[in-house]
Amino acid sequence: MSENIKILEEITSSEYKYGFETKIEADSAPKGLNEDIVKFISAKKNEPQWLLEWRLKAYRHWLTLTEPHWQNVNYPAINYQDIIYYSAPKPKVKLNSLDEIDPELKATFDKLGISLDEQKRLSGVAVDAVMDSVSVATTYKGKLAEQGIIFCSLSEAVQEHPELIKKYLGSVVPMTDNYFAALNSAVFSDGSFVYIPKGVRCPMELSTYFRINAANTGQFERTLIVAEDSSYVSYLEGCTAPMRDENQLHAAVVELIAMDNAEIKYSTVQNWYPGDKDGKGGIYNFVTKRGICSGVNSKISWTQVETGSSITWKYPSVILKGDNSIGEFYSVAVTNNMQQADTGTKMIHIGKNTKSRIVSKGISAGKSQNSYRGLVEVMKRAENARNFSQCDSLLMGDKCGAHTFPYIEVKNNTATVEHEATTSKIGEDQIFYCNQRGIGTEAAVALIVNGYCKEVLNQLPMEFAVEAQKLLAISLEGSVG
Amino acid sequence: MNLTTTEELVKTFNENSKKLSPAQSDVRKDAISAFQKQGFPGRKHEEWKYTNLAPVLGRDYLIEDTTTLNKKDIDGLLLSSMEANHLVFVNGNYNKELSSVNAEEPIVISDLSQAGDINEYLTASSITLNDSLTELNTALANGVVITVKKGKVVNKPIIIHFVGDGRKGNIFANTRNIFILEENAQATFIENYSTIGSNAHFSNNITQIVVKKDAFATYYKIQNDAQSDHVGTTQVYQPEKSNFAATTITLDGGIIRNNLNIRLSSEYSEASMVGLYMVKGNTHIDNHTLVDHAKANCYSNELYKGLLDDKSTGVFNGKIYVRQDAQKTNAFQSNKNILLSKDATMNTKPQLEIFADDVKCSHGATTGMMDEEPLFYLRSRGISEKKAKALLMHAFAADILEYIKLEPLKELLDQTILDRLS
Repeated sequence: MSENIKILEEITSSEYKYGFETKIEADSAPKGLNEDIVKFISAKKNEPQWLLEWRLKAYRHWLTLTEPHWQNVNYPAINYQDIIYYSAPKPKVKLNSLDEIDPELKATFDKLGISLDEQKRLSGVAVDAVMDSVSVATTYKGKLAEQGIIFCSLSEAVQEHPELIKKYLGSVVPMTDNYFAALNSAVFSDGSFVYIPKGVRCPMELSTYFRINAANTGQFERTLIVAEDSSYVSYLEGCTAPMRDENQLHAAVVELIAMDNAEIKYSTVQNWYPGDKDGKGGIYNFVTKRGICSGVNSKISWTQVETGSSITWKYPSVILKGDNSIGEFYSVAVTNNMQQADTGTKMIHIGKNTKSRIVSKGISAGKSQNSYRGLVEVMKRAENARNFSQCDSLLMGDKCGAHTFPYIEVKNNTATVEHEATTSKIGEDQIFYCNQRGIGTEAAVALIVNGYCKEVLNQLPMEFAVEAQKLLAISLEGSVG
Repeated sequence: MNLTTTEELVKTFNENSKKLSPAQSDVRKDAISAFQKQGFPGRKHEEWKYTNLAPVLGRDYLIEDTTTLNKKDIDGLLLSSMEANHLVFVNGNYNKELSSVNAEEPIVISDLSQAGDINEYLTASSITLNDSLTELNTALANGVVITVKKGKVVNKPIIIHFVGDGRKGNIFANTRNIFILEENAQATFIENYSTIGSNAHFSNNITQIVVKKDAFATYYKIQNDAQSDHVGTTQVYQPEKSNFAATTITLDGGIIRNNLNIRLSSEYSEASMVGLYMVKGNTHIDNHTLVDHAKANCYSNELYKGLLDDKSTGVFNGKIYVRQDAQKTNAFQSNKNILLSKDATMNTKPQLEIFADDVKCSHGATTGMMDEEPLFYLRSRGISEKKAKALLMHAFAADILEYIKLEPLKELLDQTILDRLS
């Protein structure tokens, strides 16, 4: 066993790979938050008056709210006046081609394995890279535009497609939804916007890469995806941040809208800086993600692999409004060292014959705390609603915790709702079996964990699945206690 | 007295406090001020999210010490014909005249307000999840301490009848009983709720059960009274290796909230919790259970099943805590519900909080309508739909009744359920 502990120590002390900082001149707002800052951001973005009003309304509402503390995580109070709410890599002029991007910036994304160079991309993934909440480059835009697909930064969309933004922004997550959504609505700096027209099946995976670079900044981006009738889109997001001793706040909002027969698949591989092994530094990842299946036969599927952040606190949800609509949630949440996660989903069944499926796999190691919190609500008129939830927890070491808080509210007797949960550890017999066949303990743990998460990882698009598996291995190998 | 304001309750406390033994007066004074500060819990309170006490609190109540009930009034109550030790509480107060305890049983019954050395069971921390209602109980309640002597077995069950004398008005009753099973002792307790007269009977009770080394306690809580609104906490302590089994059966009532908290604070203890709620009309049944595994090698098993008809509402919240020292814990929990009508609602929250790695814990929860296939099977064999449904419901309930080791109680409950289904 001492061998295992040694491996565990080695692994947990291994450095965060993406912890570098890029020296790029940034255009920042002064620290702190007030109406002037909101106006400053809006002016920077050259936004129309209605959006500024919207932001100010959100800000004024935010002032009336108090920070929620019901979640199962602990952190020192956040000083909202000590955060820079706007920081952008200084752009020269409007970029016409990728060649004009700051070479430093390009190098950063190359280092992260996100090549913005279209020629070199053979995999056919369209990427929108967001650094310090500002979209820096979007690839494959032209090709997508041929089919009428809009894939651009949100601030671009505000200028070019104001009617769509006005119609859908805040329609799923209203600015008054919660504390962090209100904050985001007031100060969001950029994000991605996707619009898939009627009957179009998006030919490639769309992807956004989020990077927090500047110190003391909060990242507040918004993603808005609208899938018109009978369309399909698969969207990926990935995140990293430099290593810093202080905590940084990431409060994003993601809104998905699926019309009749449309399908949206949203995958996340979240690897924000988790803090060091004593829990110093790291990102507070407080995100509001919600999708609405507003049309009949529509489908929204969330897949997330959460390995980073010192605190992860989010519940990607689906409102199943359209009849026969389907909501899915697949999650792997890994916590190590001092990380804390309180994550899960909400499935709100409103329409008839709606179905939802929840598969959540939590893995806790070190001194971390990992919670699943989920709500399955079957409303009165949701005839024949069906839900299946499974949440399993795997504990590695005797100092970590795994918690489950499922809420199941059923108001219709034709519904069938099932929930099951188990908690266990990697069996010594399983390790022994592998050892016996010449597989080292470290590899055996990776093997078992990957097997444990397979159901979720299988949901990820190919490219991401490979990355996610590697991430899991880095986060966990050898953590058997 | 109206309960929506705390003032009158505080006044009642001040009048009663003169009668208290000096040893208890401090802890009770702390409790009333804690209650005064918190007030009754609202829907914003996480533990009261699904249970709204407002309709109960909105009524006017009497808190009555004296009663004119006689033995004949008691005779007709459920379980009163059972061969047992009967302890009768009228409007929350122990009534010795109406009770009958076999003098040969190895038990000592003493008055709570005069018992001096029980303060450890009255402090706020003695209740695992204390709230303003448990504080109110600490401040106001009367009751008894029943001690079962070391190494002795109580032959006949001890039945606690909580009777509300609702002939003059609505009754608000607070009772606190403490059962202490000394080393190697064994006893069975049954709590039953009933009302005489046509008014409402709202009880706010606490039962504390101390199961010492190698002792075995069996506990039944029976609720089959339409006029009873109830908030009750059963707090179990298993300080050393011991065994405890609880069965909660709810067949009728108004707004009911049952808390069952078990502390397993020593290795190799066992606890079992089962429950059945079979309700109709506007009954609201809320079962909150909490098992705290503090030490290694303990076992807990929990199964709650519910049948909800008409406009009834069910709530189940099952918490399992497994502390860091509680390695090799086995803890299982299951909650199964059938909604029989369009208007019935079920809110379930099975909850695991685990801080130890070498454990086996699982929970499951299902809510749905009656399974079509067995129904079809029975129908295809010429059994009418009504009868087939009754058969299936009876079988569903039987899973829980199986746990009842006390034959006469099992038969009585089985018969009550059968009458209800036919």
